[in-house]
Amino acid sequence: MNINWFKYSSPQTFYPLAGKMIPWFAWLAAILAIAGLYISFAIAPTDFQQGEAYRIIFVHVPAAWMSMVIYIVMACWAGIGLALNARLSAMMAQALAPTGAVFTLIALVTGSLWGKPMWGTWWVWDARLTSELILLFLYLGFIALQASIDDPRKADRAGALLALVGAVNVPIIYFSVKWWSTLHQGSSINMGAAPKMAATMLLGMLIMALAFWMYTIAVALMRVRCIMLERERSADWVKELSLKSASRGKA
Amino acid sequence: MNAWLTVLKRDLLLAFRRRSDVATTLFFFLIVSSLFPLGIGPEPAVLSSIAPGVLWVAALLAGMISLTRLFAADFADGSLEQMLLAPQSLALLVTAKTLAHWLVCGLPVVLLAPLIGLQYALPNNALLVLVFSLLLGTPALSLIGAIGAALTLGVRGSGLLVALLVLPLYIPVLIFGAGAVAASQHGMSAQAHLSLLAACSLLALVLAPLATAAALRISVE
Amino acid sequence: MLSAQGLACLRGDRLLFKNVGFELNAGGLLYVLGENGSGKSSLLRMLCGLLTPEEGTVFWLGKKIKQDSENYLSNLSYIGHLNGLKDDLTALENLQIGARLAGNHVNDAEALASLTKIGIARCANLPVRVLSQGQKRRVALAVLWLTKAKLWILDEPFAALDVASVDVLAARLGEHMTNGGMTIITTHQDVLIHAQTTQTLRLSA
Repeated sequence: MNINWFKYSSPQTFYPLAGKMIPWFAWLAAILAIAGLYISFAIAPTDFQQGEAYRIIFVHVPAAWMSMVIYIVMACWAGIGLALNARLSAMMAQALAPTGAVFTLIALVTGSLWGKPMWGTWWVWDARLTSELILLFLYLGFIALQASIDDPRKADRAGALLALVGAVNVPIIYFSVKWWSTLHQGSSINMGAAPKMAATMLLGMLIMALAFWMYTIAVALMRVRCIMLERERSADWVKELSLKSASRGKA
Repeated sequence: MNAWLTVLKRDLLLAFRRRSDVATTLFFFLIVSSLFPLGIGPEPAVLSSIAPGVLWVAALLAGMISLTRLFAADFADGSLEQMLLAPQSLALLVTAKTLAHWLVCGLPVVLLAPLIGLQYALPNNALLVLVFSLLLGTPALSLIGAIGAALTLGVRGSGLLVALLVLPLYIPVLIFGAGAVAASQHGMSAQAHLSLLAACSLLALVLAPLATAAALRISVE
Repeated sequence: MLSAQGLACLRGDRLLFKNVGFELNAGGLLYVLGENGSGKSSLLRMLCGLLTPEEGTVFWLGKKIKQDSENYLSNLSYIGHLNGLKDDLTALENLQIGARLAGNHVNDAEALASLTKIGIARCANLPVRVLSQGQKRRVALAVLWLTKAKLWILDEPFAALDVASVDVLAARLGEHMTNGGMTIITTHQDVLIHAQTTQTLRLSA
């Protein structure tokens, strides 16, 4: 008799563990964000070409990093879930998707806010912004597919397959978009050529990226706890939990 | 191989008995590509400069709207189940179905494209490259699209969903395909674009049927 | 030859059945019984490998069916509650294509003979679209006179059939079991089928 440990041990043991971890990550995220924002807005020097407007990269660049990293992490969880039929991994993939989409959106919005003072226009079809836009489409496709399949296990597996297909395609898409943008617009506009970075700037960006990481983990854990409760509402451990919280509410 | 030929012949026979479906795809291609001059104006210089992109996008959309038919009928009447239970590799049978889909929905668009290219005042050498790029690129569209069609089987509003899933994955094919035509318009060699397009199709041929087969197994559960 | 251990089926968050197991040997007939919605069809689909069990395993000749699926599938003939017929093809074409997909070359005469057996030969060249429910079912079932598969899994094969066809089919099933075949069947009708061994499996949550 082979027992699938992933399947049986995970949700009910992971639920309280995740509950304990959330405050730590949330506090770390808050502290790092304050430190990062202080460095980027107070300590980092003003750029002699772009003035103060450049400071938006302290949000833009880490958000862009996160949007890509989260997609990879999500595809990894999805792949593990598909290969090992592990429910928790699939739930993690599902929990990460909205956060990834939000970071992609932040990267897009901050990118266009940065573009306005630099190039006088809200949107340029620059390779990096365009790739972010396509990444947003990929996230939305994943979320839409999962949302439209009623059976949660089927939704997990279909979503996982889509995430893997997307992950294989991302480098190809990125390459093609880069190729396209070099063909179509010479070299006048290029977001990749960020202002020459001072050490403090790099530090600010790294700390902001770390803060985003902690935030992602905290939010993903919160969301995965909700998904667990919803999916396993007929399981004994969820019933016990709701009984406990009900009695606590009365007292 | 026998089963592969059986599936191919079956799908072609079915398409032949439902010729109107094939015509629908072609008409869609025709209508979409005729709308642009009406919206933009008949200036030949403008039309010829937007032609590569417009024709490629129209071909891409025409291929996409026909995707929902690829597996849906077989899913509804149970013959997809029988295909899953055939003692052959499902991925192989998927290539047969995809090939039939391309012959029925992709190839006619490729053949019609130069006529529409004429309406867009494309020069002869660009017309040739247009046909060639579509010939190399549309198989990838069918192959990648099959994944989306398989994933959305039996899902509410699958027609719209398939667009959301598949269109972002079509972007590289669009870029290389339209790029090839544009390059030849500007008197440059389209060879690099065409090679990349062929590479996309080959990669799709290797990987997409496997993903489609996996998606079909998930959807049929 | 076919055995199952500890099968469980979850639909949504409802447990349809668990701990279902059996062993079916040459010449054996297995009735799967249960109310509507008890998971009979799901069990049959699980045995075919179309549905992944929540728990448990299905073995064919002692090997997991997923491990040696090509061998298993070439020994399997499954007729689900959907007929698997294309409306635009004729009965004859449908039958031949189905047989060929299962790796079984069938010429016109053989296909026509099987349609004759189940009494539907006069519809052979009509598109399935114009046939009645019962006639379509018979076209789907005609494959049982062509297949060389040892294991037949049939989901409500008698539904929508007239009395004469029920008898013909029951006789065919009896013949299959006499030749050492195996059948797993769900049915709401009381039909006598001769088999070397007969088992019953009742599903309840």
